[in-house]
Amino acid sequence: MRDIVTFENVTVRFGHHVALQDISGGFHEGSLTAIAGPNGAGKSTLLKTIVGIVRPRAGRVVIERQTPISYLPQASSLQRDFPLSVMQAVCTGLWGGIGNGGSISKAMREKARQALAEVGIGGLEERQISGLSGGQFQRLLFARVILQNAPLILLDEPFTAVDAETTARLIQIVLGWHRQGRTVICVLHDLLLIQKYFPDSFVLAGKCLGHGHTHKMLEQKLLSFDLDMAELCPGTEDETHHRHEHDHA
Amino acid sequence: MTTLDLIVDPFTQYAFMRRALASCVILAIGGTPLGVFMTLRRMTLMGDAMSHAILPGVALAFVSSGLALLPMTLGGLAAGVFVALFAVFLTRFTSMKEDASFTLLYLLSLAGGVIIISLKGSNVDLLHMLFGNILAIDTDSLTLMAVVACATLFTLAGFYRGLVIECFDPDFARAAQRGRSWASVIFFVLLVINLIAAFQALGTLMALGLMILPAIATRFWTRNIDTIIPLSILCALVASVIGLLTSYYTKIPAGPAVVMTAGTISLLSAMLGRHGSVYAYIRNWD
Repeated sequence: MRDIVTFENVTVRFGHHVALQDISGGFHEGSLTAIAGPNGAGKSTLLKTIVGIVRPRAGRVVIERQTPISYLPQASSLQRDFPLSVMQAVCTGLWGGIGNGGSISKAMREKARQALAEVGIGGLEERQISGLSGGQFQRLLFARVILQNAPLILLDEPFTAVDAETTARLIQIVLGWHRQGRTVICVLHDLLLIQKYFPDSFVLAGKCLGHGHTHKMLEQKLLSFDLDMAELCPGTEDETHHRHEHDHA
Repeated sequence: MTTLDLIVDPFTQYAFMRRALASCVILAIGGTPLGVFMTLRRMTLMGDAMSHAILPGVALAFVSSGLALLPMTLGGLAAGVFVALFAVFLTRFTSMKEDASFTLLYLLSLAGGVIIISLKGSNVDLLHMLFGNILAIDTDSLTLMAVVACATLFTLAGFYRGLVIECFDPDFARAAQRGRSWASVIFFVLLVINLIAAFQALGTLMALGLMILPAIATRFWTRNIDTIIPLSILCALVASVIGLLTSYYTKIPAGPAVVMTAGTISLLSAMLGRHGSVYAYIRNWD
């Protein structure tokens, strides 16, 4: 199996803080991988390094054949009250193709409508995004990924603060992308979801603790419900570090 | 004497009123769309800091060559670029956050600028620098404002889609360009040249007035990005006419009158607007 994304000794620093330390390894074409790890482990940074938002201090990230990437940022990094309609917001996914000057054709609009219907918010095209619930907004972001139609898809915490019904629907969409042979890399917190739906896991805590089949990560106790609990309780940062030192011992 | 006469006469009779109106119209058309983007990017305070940052450059030019337009413009541009780069440097290499870096530098700039002017100029010169003199705009200044307004409009139109996406979802925009992002640079350059244009009319302390205040007011009336910009321009024009006429009939200074009017419209909008105002808050109270 070919690797579509390869990390070669990647180190990322923000000032004095080391976010990622000497990460190496590849993501297979067509794989569905969960990025797991405690808060501040560098999970989002890993995705940002792949899309080029963050530049490595050392090492490099190789993307096979300049594969087009669709990137879904954390919902909190977007302006939820921005004066755009749902249709306008989903059509931002066309920007990579048509640029600043190109016009949006009827066919593109139809595709955007289909994408919105697929995520279950068809009919809300003219609604302002400020009027959407958290779940509806996340569905909108998924519709944009569908519209981008890229072979490599990066999702940053797509199920955080989203209702159960939305999560169930969006998981099905992720599995659909996997069946279509797209490569999906997803940062998420919920160990139950990882265990149930994600064949591969990448366990991160500044450095790569493990990467491979999810059931093996579970067997090796790299992924554990204990870890998950630490993430759910804020203010346990020190304990988390402590436990990782313990893990290495 | 009809109401229409009261509105039209000051402009038909006096050239200085026509020039003041022309400069307001140009600033409204060029600067206000930029102001809309600045409110959307939440960089209005940064813009305010930059409007003070240009003062030392303008002041040095004034001390060396008097009230000549070209040296003052170039001086302001140089000072603005220097302060912005220095603020970025301080933010990156010290523990200071962006707001603290900009505040430190703009206070230094403001104090330094006032000291430089007072070394050679009179109090009248100082007032001119701080608050502008919208009733004494010469043809060269008007030309500069018009050139800046055209450059701003063409740039915003050319990059409109990308700039909107960058404001709405910056990480997505940067990812789509594989990490490269020109939006910040474009905004910054447009901001500095617009501040220098507005400086002539409204001075370093109120240069942002016609740029930002109408943009703030409009957000309370529409939620559509495509109507916010024309509505903001309209609001700036109305504020300009009301402000100038108020100044003419009551003898209060013209620049502050225009900014006061725009500010009052913004405040009334925040109270009574359709979206996100105090009125909307009470109406939705269950």
